Amino acid sequence: MREGMVRIPSGCAISAIMNVKGIRFNGEAIIRSITCMHERSNGLGGGFAAYGIYPRFRDLYALHLLYESDRGRIDAESFIKDNFVVEHSESIPTRPVVSITDPPMFYRYFVSVRPDSLDALRGEDEAELLVRATMTVNNCIRDAFMVSAGKNMGVFKGVGFPEDIARFFRLEEYEGYLWTAHGRFPTNTPGWWGGAHPFGILDWTVVHNGEVSSYGINKRYLEMFGYHLTLQTDTEVVAYLFDLLHRRQKVPLNLVARALASPFWKDIDRMPEEERAMYKAIRMVYGPAMLNGPFSIIVAFNGGMMGLNDRIKLRPLSCGKKDDFVLMGSEESAIRSIVGDLDEVWDVRAGEMALVQLEEGGVAVG
Amino acid sequence: MARSYLPPEYIVDINRDKCRRCGLCVRGCGFSVLKWAHTDWQEKMGTFKDGQDDLGVVYQRIVETTPDYIVADSSLCRQCHYCVSHCPEGAINVIKNPVAYRANEHWAAHHMRNIWLQAETGGVLLTGSGNDKAYFSYFDHMVLDACQVTNPSIDPLREPMELRSFLGERPDGLEFERTPEGQVRLKTQLPPHVQLETPIIFPAMSYGAISLNVQKAFAMAAKASGTLMNTGEGGMHQDLYPYADHMIVQVASGRFGVNPGYLRRGRIAEIKIGQGAKPGIGGHLPGEKVDSGVSQTRMIPIGSDAISPAPHHDIYSIEDLAQLIYALKEATEYIKPVSVKISAVHNVAAIASGIARAGADIITIDGFRGGTGAAPLIIRDHVGIPIEVALATVDERLRREGIRNRVSIVASGGIRHSGDVAKAIALGADAVAIGTAALIALGCHVCQSCFTGNCSWGIATQRPELTARQDPERGAELLTNLLRGWSRELKEILGALGLNSIESLRGSRLRLRGVGLSKQELDLLGIKPAGEGA
Ligand code: SF4
Ligand code: SF4
Repeated sequence: MREGMVRIPSGCAISAIMNVKGIRFNGEAIIRSITCMHERSNGLGGGFAAYGIYPRFRDLYALHLLYESDRGRIDAESFIKDNFVVEHSESIPTRPVVSITDPPMFYRYFVSVRPDSLDALRGEDEAELLVRATMTVNNCIRDAFMVSAGKNMGVFKGVGFPEDIARFFRLEEYEGYLWTAHGRFPTNTPGWWGGAHPFGILDWTVVHNGEVSSYGINKRYLEMFGYHLTLQTDTEVVAYLFDLLHRRQKVPLNLVARALASPFWKDIDRMPEEERAMYKAIRMVYGPAMLNGPFSIIVAFNGGMMGLNDRIKLRPLSCGKKDDFVLMGSEESAIRSIVGDLDEVWDVRAGEMALVQLEEGGVAVG
Repeated sequence: MARSYLPPEYIVDINRDKCRRCGLCVRGCGFSVLKWAHTDWQEKMGTFKDGQDDLGVVYQRIVETTPDYIVADSSLCRQCHYCVSHCPEGAINVIKNPVAYRANEHWAAHHMRNIWLQAETGGVLLTGSGNDKAYFSYFDHMVLDACQVTNPSIDPLREPMELRSFLGERPDGLEFERTPEGQVRLKTQLPPHVQLETPIIFPAMSYGAISLNVQKAFAMAAKASGTLMNTGEGGMHQDLYPYADHMIVQVASGRFGVNPGYLRRGRIAEIKIGQGAKPGIGGHLPGEKVDSGVSQTRMIPIGSDAISPAPHHDIYSIEDLAQLIYALKEATEYIKPVSVKISAVHNVAAIASGIARAGADIITIDGFRGGTGAAPLIIRDHVGIPIEVALATVDERLRREGIRNRVSIVASGGIRHSGDVAKAIALGADAVAIGTAALIALGCHVCQSCFTGNCSWGIATQRPELTARQDPERGAELLTNLLRGWSRELKEILGALGLNSIESLRGSRLRLRGVGLSKQELDLLGIKPAGEGA
């Protein structure tokens, strides 16, 4: 059974590294850190998100697509051409890796939105068009799957140990200022590459370790706002919740974190009046969006990342700092495997977040 | 009341060896079942013609020579167990009459009894409490989930567990703004809402149907537990004013006790359209229960029947309901949520959707197991649908139409324990209301005789010697304990589910499984069958 037809709980490893000045570096560091947590995955899923990797096409949407048949590619490409202006397209370079068998085909397209399809949107923005295009490809086109669709970023993922996936996609050849990684330990045998993580929508990507016990209501809540959850994974839910709350409803990022991992009432009741009213409103209105159960999450986006831990810290998440680098990982060892002498290292506390953004003026420089 | 031809179903059995003739049961029985033997004879003698002096002499002789004892007219017994519960010697029991009728799977004893009764009276049979027939229970065919290994369960004794809930409209999203000082603050003004410390409230039970002391107990318990009680359609007695902030004030088709002060005093105003025990029928308060207190509160003459019209005569369609909703909002200056209570009937989902669009902030759905002070037996037992399916279809319909946030849903009708509460919440209820369960906490034995006005427990009666049996303070303690017990159990359930807040269970049907339900029923409830994984 393929991911999406059944819900597959997993244990996981996550890690991330970012240069806050926007200076780009290759994939070796992130590979080393996720490899260090080899024991936390079982070879059934690994993936990476990289930001700042396509400076040549930085103003175009980079669509990463996965095809399981030529038919899927032909259908998806005709859909893409109908909706976008394709400036450049190519297959994503890979190399054979012994442990990786039977991979699907990978292509990428650098596109801009056709002016006429934007007109047709009537007031809605480009982002909405991209979201819809992603949903159409993933729900309606057989054997095709949109892996990521953001500007100057991309997701690389598949079935295998993360280090093997990295070699398969030749990630050491890319340079980005922000990398996240995921190693999966599913309790089932998902053989489908689209189901691996990170999961992305637009330039948002999510890596996640944990099991969201509130999945049932989170899903129904999102459905009310028109999201179709096709993969049945927690990661998908988290990505869509960020999309709904931050992109569509413009809730500030730090408050999105508060909605998803809400402070307890006992703490809210002790806050000064205005703050109390604000958190009460957040819990009242976004209660169905709250993520309950064990999780540590790293959400990445153009310009930053956010680590978030569940309300009672049932999963680990450590952070470290060295010069212009900020690192996160399921284990401190994963961070230390990259940089031994950290300036600072700390654990994200229960229900708290660590938000890292490019410094003022910090841009992804080529 | 005419005697039926059937022998009594239950027999009041008095153990003469144990009985020490204190007479407590004689005073206790609200239905005059138990009597002193001497009194009984005397009454029976009275039925003989005057002038039969010899009999009088015989009677005197017997009284002088035979010690008095207690007799029971079992045919009048309603099985309220007041005598059984109170006899200090444990000398009384009410047992099922072992007399065996000719077995018949179709004609049960109660069918025959009702026919004879109606043949003699030509009346509509009345009853109280909720539907007692053996309909299928969906609650009993749903089970909850628990976590293990991939996901730890949470220990409510060691970790915070949150039950706080809200009633009222919620916006689809919040807006924030930056203050000149750079602080982020909330811009959205929230619609009126009510905070509950536990998602369990007390439903509408009017003063008149129940005694003032019982309403006081509800009011105090609601206040102590951070939840709500409901006045029912009988207005609010002055003594309850201090608790008005924890009261839903009901406006029913009879408009008893409704005035601007009443509406403004309450925390929520509720329009009663229907009740699970008697969909399509208005409230019935027999004149015997209308004493001076009830008369003042309801603003009707003493001793007059208070019969609410079946429909509201100003609501013949949904747009009329919208007008009444807004009339109440005007009267309460838009600072209080307005609820609409309906009974669960076939088309409940469409009706609920209309009510949400008509501007209600809360919809209370009462299932066919819901209780009543008085209802025609035939309606109570044969009209309406179970709350589980009604709730599931309403929640799903409102979600599909994208208007679920506009209203809160309160579910009621036959909720017996915290497991039912958890299941109702998982199906989508924002809160549940518990009427029969709360009365049971106060002593009610579900004898279904509330309409007689003779409730031995002092609950569904206005007879002062009976109502005196309900001490409001003690009643409040019992009810508070019940809510605390159930709330603790809810926390245990949440912990097992790996959740620490009730909103993560609310509407999370993935945490329910059906046992022995058909595919169609599973689909209606929106749940999977047991055995199917995540
Ligand atoms: S009606 Fe109640 S109190 Fe009276 S005899 Fe029967 S059980 Fe006892
Ligand atoms: S309230 Fe009184 S009369 Fe009504 S069912 Fe309970 S015990 Fe019987």
